[in-house]
Amino acid sequence: MDRTLPASQRGSAMASRLTISNRAGWGFALPAFALITIFIILPFFFAFYLSLTNQRLISPNPTQFVGLENYRDLLGLSVITLGPERDENGAAVLNELGDLTYPRVRTVTRNPDFPQYRGMREWFRWRSGENARVVIASDVVFWKALANTLTFVFFIVPLQGGGALLLALLINQKLRGINFFRTIYFMPVVISIVVISLLWRFIYDGGDGLLNNILGALSFGLFPPVDWLGQPETALGSIIVMSAWQAVGFHMVIWLSGLQTISPTLYEVAAIEGASKWQTFRYVTWPGLRNTAVLVLIVITMQAFALFAQIDVMTNGGPLDSTQTLVFQAVERGYGKQDISGGSTISVLLFFIVLLISLTQRYLTRDRS
Amino acid sequence: MATVRLSDVRKSFGSVETIKGVDIEIGDGEFVVFVGPSGCGKSTLLRMIAGLEDITSGTVEIDGQVVNDIEPKDRGIAMVFQTYAIFPHMTVRENVAFGLTIKGAPKEEKERRVAEAARILQMEHLLDRRPSELSGGQRQRVAIGRAIVRDPKVFLFDEPLSNLDAALRMDMRMEIGKLHQSLKASMIYVTHDQVEAMTLADRIVVLKDGKVMQAGPPMDLYHEPANLFVAGFLGAPSMNFIPVNVDGVDGDHVTISSPSVDRMTVRGRGREFTVGQTATLGVRPQYIRAAAGTDGMLHGHVELTERLGSETVVDVALPTGGKIIAALPEDRILAHGSEASFEFDPSQAHLFPEVER
Ligand SMILES: Nc1ncnc2c1ncn2[C@@H]1O[C@H](COP(=O)(O)OP(=O)(O)O)[C@@H](O)[C@H]1O
Ligand SMILES: [Mg+2]
Repeated sequence: MDRTLPASQRGSAMASRLTISNRAGWGFALPAFALITIFIILPFFFAFYLSLTNQRLISPNPTQFVGLENYRDLLGLSVITLGPERDENGAAVLNELGDLTYPRVRTVTRNPDFPQYRGMREWFRWRSGENARVVIASDVVFWKALANTLTFVFFIVPLQGGGALLLALLINQKLRGINFFRTIYFMPVVISIVVISLLWRFIYDGGDGLLNNILGALSFGLFPPVDWLGQPETALGSIIVMSAWQAVGFHMVIWLSGLQTISPTLYEVAAIEGASKWQTFRYVTWPGLRNTAVLVLIVITMQAFALFAQIDVMTNGGPLDSTQTLVFQAVERGYGKQDISGGSTISVLLFFIVLLISLTQRYLTRDRS
Repeated sequence: MATVRLSDVRKSFGSVETIKGVDIEIGDGEFVVFVGPSGCGKSTLLRMIAGLEDITSGTVEIDGQVVNDIEPKDRGIAMVFQTYAIFPHMTVRENVAFGLTIKGAPKEEKERRVAEAARILQMEHLLDRRPSELSGGQRQRVAIGRAIVRDPKVFLFDEPLSNLDAALRMDMRMEIGKLHQSLKASMIYVTHDQVEAMTLADRIVVLKDGKVMQAGPPMDLYHEPANLFVAGFLGAPSMNFIPVNVDGVDGDHVTISSPSVDRMTVRGRGREFTVGQTATLGVRPQYIRAAAGTDGMLHGHVELTERLGSETVVDVALPTGGKIIAALPEDRILAHGSEASFEFDPSQAHLFPEVER
């Protein structure tokens, strides 16, 4: 194409229309592109930079470059072995309950003989023969947050993905009033998560909560009230259930769109061949949902790693750090404790964790045919 | 192998009646083609036989048993769809064996039956491929293989060749014909393509707007169409229709004339005519000949000629308006716009009391 000619004289009208529409296309993309750059891409690199410094949110001191020190402070983890306390004869000392007793962990972490353990605290321990093995971490709260986040992801993916698929299958029928149910199931998605978290705080209330009342009524008062969010054993589980409920409608809609791409003729073939409901699902529906499944899996995983609002509104990470999560910790440190470099470090780590998991999922669910 | 009988079958979608009382009998091992324009209800009728669509009223019998309330899987039918409907995630082998997998048939039986179907359809070399690696014709072959493995009493085909290109369609048409000869099963074949109907069918059922227009062997329908619709639908190019006046009726001999056609006497073929009415004269393009000079009984201007070598197709504008097509069985040069005169054997013409549209 001769670019020196005016547009009206160019050889092909098609080509000129393409260049024009191309410019229009960039024009349309620009606002989104600019916003994504300003609010996602730049902050990411900024966080990466901050994670290598000792920057605080507001500080009179100049910023210092500290290399990987922030990462070391977060990730430092060791296992130490403690032998039981023995009396002068070498026999193990038992306490009044008959259990072995062990020296306190600080005898190690504060021991000048072991400078590598300095400042670490106990995360958890288990028994190995007579000895106790203690996992100590330089940042126990971070490790708890990581473990909680992974637990959350582990349960929420099957619960939310599977629940949503089940609902989608139920909803994808031609029944009278089916739109009513579609609306109902989708409703939690359009309500702010903060509002929902507040509502569920009432539901989970330990004294007079809705859940306790229902369970009490169903068991004729035999079921003792539980402080669902106030106990380390039940808090995370409660948040998992509530989170699954909240977003299940969203993924239901994604599954539904996947279901509707499956040709009805394939179901007719299955009917003619006499496939049972389960066989129809196995041979027609599920293979037809392959791509949707990959999408749902990855979206749920990513959303799950970002768990924050529910924690912030309902538990603040407690009780006893049992609902700490990575994003909550990042925000808590960065803004609550003004340790913006520490928060950034968690964010960067989270990014790599999510990236790794997504790539793994992509690899495992790749199309092998 | 089995017989199929439809008695006063009707189907309504909501308040719209789509099938308006259809009676058809299909004999053991017969190849019956339902043909008709798009939307006339062919697929609906076939799907009612398959059990994929409820029957609003009337009965469908297969092998003497009323199947109205019987599940598709228990009707002893197999169906081949226009869109192939093979499973993209399965190999050809798995697709063909699908019905046996569902039934939980042992591996050896699967192997044997799939091999047999593959042999019949000459697709042994395709068995380990996936549908994405197959051409349209090969995919349809897989769907037919799946039907064969079912060993049905009745094969149902719903426009199986409509998604294929013209050349392939002809090959597959012949293969389906051969398949019928070798399996000797009853087959019902739906198409909107009259060539497929004419070449494949033992018997054709012409449908229009949910009603049977005429049923019978292809040549009967071709030579003795019962009405204007059937006359115009079967045969290519379509039969020419010329409006004429009825000048006299003498038993089965009807004398007609029009500005385009010289006065002549044709057979009424049992149809009722009254003097003075307007009727439609039907002449197939193949039965029209070029006349010497202006001796012919049909006169007009040549509008277009298509020389195909063995045949010359001529569009002729009639003096009364309207147009006829002549398919002359020779290579002939006719000048555009020239006056031309044609003749035909009145005994090969049809006279219909209806007027077009
Ligand atoms: N599920 C349906 N709901 C409503 N109308 C339908 C349905 N299926 C077919 N029809 C109507 O019935 C008529 C016949 O359709 P069909 O049997 O598919 O025609 P054909 O196969 O001859 O082209 C059409 O007018 C079509 O719109
Ligand atoms: Mg159809």
